[in-house]
Amino acid sequence: MTVTTITDAQLAPKDYASDQEVRWCPGCGDYAILKAVQKACADMGLVRERTVFVSGIGCAARFPYYMSTYGFHTVHGRAPAIATGIKLANPELDVWVMTGDGDGLSIGGNHMLHVLRRNVDLNIILFNNEIYGLTKGQYSPTSRRGTRSPSTPLGSIENPVSACAFALGAGARFVARSIDTQQAHLIATLKRAHAHQGASFVEILQNCVVFNDAVFENITGKEVAPDAQVLVEHGKPLLFGKNKEKGLRLKPGTLELEIVPAAPDVLVHDETNRPLAQLLAALEPPFPVAMGVLYCNPATSYEREVVVETGGNLDALLNSERTWEVVP
Amino acid sequence: MATSTVPRSQRETRDSVVIRFAGDSGDGMQVTGAQFTLETALAGSDFSTFPDFPAEIRAPTGTTFGVSAFQIHFGGTDVMTPGDAVDVLVAMNPAALTVEVSDLKVGGTVIVDTDAFNERNLKKAGYAKNPLEDDSLAKYQVLKFDITKLTADAVKPHGLSSREAHLCRNMWALGLLLWMYGYERTATVEWLKRKFAKKPIIADANVAALNAGHAFGETAEMTEHMVGYVVPKAAVEAGRYRTVSGTEGLAWGLIAGLRAAGIEKMVFAGYPITPASALLHTLANLRAYGVVTFQAEDEIAAIGAALGASYAGSLGVTSSSGPGIALKTEMLGLAIATELPLIVVDSQRAGPSTGMPTKAEQSDLFQAVLGRNADAPLAVLAPVSTADCFDIAIEAVRLATKYMTPVIILSDGYLAHAAEPWRIPREADLPRFPVTYRTEPEGFHPFLRDAETLARPWVKPGTPELEHRIGGLERDYDSGHISYDPDNHARMTGARADKIAGIANDIPLQSVSLGDDHGNLAVVGWGSTFGAIHQAVKLARDEGLDVAHIHVRYLSPFPRNLGELLKRYDRVLVPEMNNGQLVKLLRAEYLIDAVSFPKVTGKPFRVTDIVQRIRGGAPPPPEAKGFGGDAG
Repeated sequence: MTVTTITDAQLAPKDYASDQEVRWCPGCGDYAILKAVQKACADMGLVRERTVFVSGIGCAARFPYYMSTYGFHTVHGRAPAIATGIKLANPELDVWVMTGDGDGLSIGGNHMLHVLRRNVDLNIILFNNEIYGLTKGQYSPTSRRGTRSPSTPLGSIENPVSACAFALGAGARFVARSIDTQQAHLIATLKRAHAHQGASFVEILQNCVVFNDAVFENITGKEVAPDAQVLVEHGKPLLFGKNKEKGLRLKPGTLELEIVPAAPDVLVHDETNRPLAQLLAALEPPFPVAMGVLYCNPATSYEREVVVETGGNLDALLNSERTWEVVP
Repeated sequence: MATSTVPRSQRETRDSVVIRFAGDSGDGMQVTGAQFTLETALAGSDFSTFPDFPAEIRAPTGTTFGVSAFQIHFGGTDVMTPGDAVDVLVAMNPAALTVEVSDLKVGGTVIVDTDAFNERNLKKAGYAKNPLEDDSLAKYQVLKFDITKLTADAVKPHGLSSREAHLCRNMWALGLLLWMYGYERTATVEWLKRKFAKKPIIADANVAALNAGHAFGETAEMTEHMVGYVVPKAAVEAGRYRTVSGTEGLAWGLIAGLRAAGIEKMVFAGYPITPASALLHTLANLRAYGVVTFQAEDEIAAIGAALGASYAGSLGVTSSSGPGIALKTEMLGLAIATELPLIVVDSQRAGPSTGMPTKAEQSDLFQAVLGRNADAPLAVLAPVSTADCFDIAIEAVRLATKYMTPVIILSDGYLAHAAEPWRIPREADLPRFPVTYRTEPEGFHPFLRDAETLARPWVKPGTPELEHRIGGLERDYDSGHISYDPDNHARMTGARADKIAGIANDIPLQSVSLGDDHGNLAVVGWGSTFGAIHQAVKLARDEGLDVAHIHVRYLSPFPRNLGELLKRYDRVLVPEMNNGQLVKLLRAEYLIDAVSFPKVTGKPFRVTDIVQRIRGGAPPPPEAKGFGGDAG
C-alpha cells in the first residue's frame, strides 16, 4: 500500500478554524495549542477533508469542534480506540487524537498503552496541565505529590506518572515534548510528529489558568527556562544554560545522567536511541526538563500490516465443507 | 463400502432418536458426534445437535468435571430441539455414566466400555462399587462391550502404540451406532483420510476401528443381542443443504449483509469472552470477504474501534457476552447520540457477573433494550435458530444502515454452538439494500433527517466540503452544532425515540408460528427457545388444547401489531430463560396480564416442561433436569 500525499498549499491557518466560538477560559494554554496546530496544518498544507481530529472528554477534548476538518468528540479516555477503528476503515485518513492527562493517562491509560504498542499511524497530542479542569480542579495522574485540590485537601499522596516515560515504556516509536507558549518549538514538534509514520506521541506542557496556574513556571518561566530546559536535537550535544555552558553526560560507571560543564564528553542526542530517550524523558528538576523529539525510530505502522481483500465468492463460502442435496 | 447387510425391512422404525455421546475430554466425543451428524444428514434425516463441553480447558482424566458430551436428536419428523431425554447414551467411562445417566429415558439404552470401569476410574467418578455389577442400572438396557479390547484387536495390524490404539475407541463406538441406525460410513472414512493425511497409518487404524464397530453390530445382531433401527427421511424443501451453527450463521450473515448494503469493509472488533469468541475466530479467517478483525485491549476499545470504523464509512461490528456488553454500554450511548450504524452481537450466558460462562441464558434482554443512561433507544433482534442467525444478521445490517442506529443481536451460548441442517441460499437470491453516503454539500448539516426514516446522512470522512464535527454533546436539531437549549433537547430526545419506533413500520407484522390468531392461550417466546416452545404447542394442540405459539424476533421496537394480536387471546404465557424479562416488557407496553414462565438453570427448556405448563400444571420442581444432567 502506498501513502498518497496530497497537500493544499493554498490554505492559511485561519482556514483550519471552524465557525464555532472557542469556549476555553480566557488565558488558557489551549488557545496557544489551537493556534499552533492550525499554523502547522497550514504549513504542511493538510487537506481538510482528509483530516480527522478525534478526542475523548475534558477541556482538551473540545479541540475538534474548533477545527474546520472532520471531527469526532467521543467518550472519556476512548479516543485512541475510536481513532484505531477509523484507521482500520480508511488508512488514508490523517487522524489526530487530542487528549489530556486525565483522559489519556487515567481513564484512557489502557487504550494509550495499546495504541502506542500497536503503532497505529496516529498523531497523539496530550495536553498535560497536571489537573482535571473540566470537572473543576481535582488532582490528576500527572499532578505532583502534595498537590492540593478539592479531592486532596491535604495534598496528593500519589506519585505522578511521566507521560513521555509511559509512552516509551509502552513501546512508542515517536515521543516528543513541547510547551504551549513556545510556539516555534511547538509548531516544529507537531510537524515532526505528523511526518512520522506510526503512532506519534507529543506531550505539551499546558497551563491551566484557573485550577493549576503557573504549575510549570519553574520550567517555562523566562528567567529560569535556559537552565530548567534542555532542547534536544538529533546529532547535537545536550547543552543547556543561558550560554549553553552546561551539558549532560553519562555519569561514569552508572546508568544515569549528570550535569557537567560543556565539554567534549557531553552526550550527543541520538533520537533513535531508546535507552537515552528513557533517561531524557525521566529528567525532572533539579535536572533540566528535556524538550523536543526524545525518540524517533519508525517502523511499519499497524494498519499497514492489516490484510484485507474484497471480492471473495460468498456462494463458495456457503457451500464449503460437506453439503448434501435434497431432491423433490 | 456397502450399507449394512441387514435388510431395512427387518429393522424397527423410530420416528426420531436422541443419542448422547459422553466421555472424557480426550475421548473425542465432539468429533464423534459431528461425524454421526454428518452421516445422519447425508441419509436425509433432520437433526438438531448440542455440544456440552466442560468449562475447564484440561480437566484431569476420568473426573466428572472433565466429561464432554455431544447430543444429537435426529429423525423424520418433529426434530426441533436437541431432545428432552436421551434414548441412547454412549458412556466411555464411569464419570460419563454418572454425569449423564439421569437424562436417559427409562428403558433407554446405555452402551459402556467395560474396560474403562476399573477401580481407579470408578473411584474418580465417585462410585463405591461398579454400577455394571449391581442393579443400579436395572431400568435401562445396558450393552456392555470391552470396546478398548475390541478396538485394540481391530487396529493391531497397523502397529499402533497402546495409547494410539486407545484413541481409536470413539471410531469403534461411532461404527456401532452408525450400524444401529443403518447409516453409511463413507463420509467418515473420507474425513479420517483427510484429517490424518500426513499420518496414513493413523487414518487406516481409525477406519479399521470404525469398520470393526460396524461389523460388531452386525454380528451381535445375528446372535440377537442387538436390534437395528431405521429412521425415516425428513420431508424438507428440496435444495442444497449443509450443517450450520449459530456462530457460522452470524458470521456469514454479517458478510451477506455487508454485500447487500454495498459497503466495502467490515471492521469486526472483539475481546475474548466465552461464549462469544467463536465469532471472532470465524471472521478472522474471512479476510477475503472484506472483513478486518481486531482483537482489542478490552471490551470498550472493541466497541470503540467498531464505532470509529462506522464513523469512517465501514460497517462496525462488535461482539461479546453479558459482562462485556455491560462494559460497552457508554459507547452504545455515543453511537445512539451520534446516530451511527453499529452491530453488537450479545451471546448471552448465565449471570449476573461471571455467572456460568458456558451455560446459556436469555437474561440480557433488559440490558439490550433498556440498559443505558438516559433515554437511549436502539433496535434489538433475536434469532430463533442457528439458521435464522444468518437472516437476522442481514436484517441487522439493513436496519443499522438504513436508520443510522446501533442494533443489538441477542444470541446465546446455546445458539452459538448448536447446529442444524440449513438450506444454503444463493447470493443472487439475497436481499439488496445499498447504502448511500452523502456527498452533496448543498444544504448539508450532519443531523439533517430523512423525512421517512428520520435517519441522518452517513458521510465518509474524506468527502470534500462536508467536513463537520459530531460528538456526545447534545446537538441542535436544525444545525447539528452543540446545543444546551432545553426545548431542543426535548425535541432531539423525541426524534431519537421516533426514529427507532418508526422501524416498526419497516419490519414484518408479528405472525403466529403455530395455531390460531386468537383463542385461549398464546405461548410467547423469543430467541433460542423457538424449537422447544413450538414442539410443546404442537403436542398440546394434538391433545386438543386451544393454544398458539408466537415467537418475537423483533424486541425493539416490537412489531406494530403485537399488542393487538396478544389481546386476542384469553391468556398469554411467556416462557423465557431468565427470571421474567420479556413478560415485563409486554405487560408494560400493552397492559396485558401476561404470565411469566421462567427457567434459570442454565439449560434450555425441555418440551415437556412447557407442555406441562400449558396444560395448567404446576411448574416443574426445581430438581427437574433438562438436557445436560448434573454436568459440571
